[in-house]
Amino acid sequence: MPDNDAANLPEHPRLAPGVRLHFDRTRDAWVLLGPERVIETEGPASEILRRCDGSRTVDQIVDELAGVYNAERAQIAGDVREMLAELVAKRMLAG
Amino acid sequence: MSAAAIAPPLGMLAELTHRCPLACPYCSNPLTLEDRGQELDTAAWARVFLEAAGMGVLQVHLSGGEPASRRDLTQLVIAAHDAGLYTNLITSSIGLDAARLARLKQAGLDHVQLSLQDVDAASADHIAGYPGGHARKLAFARAVVEQGLALTINAVVHRANIERVAAFVEIAASLGAGRVEIAHAQYYGWALRNRQALMPTRAQVDLAMRELEEIRPRYADRLVIDLVVPDYYARRPKACMGGWARRSLNVTPSGRVLPCHAAETIPDLEFWSVREHELPAIWRDSPAFQAFRGTAWMTEPCRSCSLREVDFGGCRCQALALAGDARAADPACELSPHHGRMLALAAQDSAGERIGYVYRGRPARG
Repeated sequence: MPDNDAANLPEHPRLAPGVRLHFDRTRDAWVLLGPERVIETEGPASEILRRCDGSRTVDQIVDELAGVYNAERAQIAGDVREMLAELVAKRMLAG
Repeated sequence: MSAAAIAPPLGMLAELTHRCPLACPYCSNPLTLEDRGQELDTAAWARVFLEAAGMGVLQVHLSGGEPASRRDLTQLVIAAHDAGLYTNLITSSIGLDAARLARLKQAGLDHVQLSLQDVDAASADHIAGYPGGHARKLAFARAVVEQGLALTINAVVHRANIERVAAFVEIAASLGAGRVEIAHAQYYGWALRNRQALMPTRAQVDLAMRELEEIRPRYADRLVIDLVVPDYYARRPKACMGGWARRSLNVTPSGRVLPCHAAETIPDLEFWSVREHELPAIWRDSPAFQAFRGTAWMTEPCRSCSLREVDFGGCRCQALALAGDARAADPACELSPHHGRMLALAAQDSAGERIGYVYRGRPARG
């Protein structure tokens, strides 16, 4: 339910305290590290996460991603919001 | 198993020292503690952190004993952070004030895990064997949150505090923690020694588990609640350490590298030290890590079990302690021929007269 998810998203998303994005050279992948958590990211996830620095709004992140991937904005917006909502549920995102 | 098939570890527990001002009766340190003179120095730990990060370790858990007992703790955090590791400090807070905490944050500390022994101060201080400790812990927790650091509250639960699991969650939330770990005592080392005093009854465990599930939704938007299950009353064993020599390793204060806290209780295992070997070689080739890696070592009922790569046969140390054979199925599994005896031991211990704790490094008292 994108509408509900959108309602719960922080205005200027940033990674929660104790959470950071790290490039894992051994496994050749971006990983999200948190307390007792290691989450491997795939594809555009790291592009989204790198922009969760507290300075951008969700809409700005969507705009930038749409540019990077040269894709339809509505599609990107759905993907970004879904991923951010999952991170909120995991308490890995603050705003 | 070929060397190429061995995946690198994700986490490393660095036991910086066995020294600790507290004396919790379920301490995971071995019964025979390593003394200060044997501890690795700053440079040796820095090398270990570099080797760990180089081989694929992502997170280091700086633990003890009490890691703040090390005067070089800030230097150690700098070394781990500079190596590229996510740094988690596992502490009782004794020996840390707001100023030292600020230096640790500046050094790159990512996360603090603080233990609470109870929510009631008198009980907490009795369990820890340290008068005044609980009040200091609460003050420290507030300092962690005020400084913008991520905080986990760790609560080991047992007979003396199991009726307050909901209160543990509430105190963690009120302190501003992002995560709380409700960890039923695991009966190795000092906890095994104190099992008669610690073991809760079946009814207490069932009630605590129910309460936790009831309150969980209330905290969904504030707090991650993680649970370490009480395996004496379980039907299936936990995947101890996520599988032996599969995800993490443990370096003792003197530099011995273990697959888990309690591995030294298994006789005839050969452990290698970071003083003599590099960490990747230890992970790959040391006899202790090879002993129970994968599934080839298993006996029945594990060998033909469809869950053998889910729980990896449970805990080797518990199999040795209760079934008399480190290759046996963990008796926490209902398929183990020793499962009934494990339940009977739990029932017997939990029904016993309340007795005093045997504290590490101290004479027994009530």
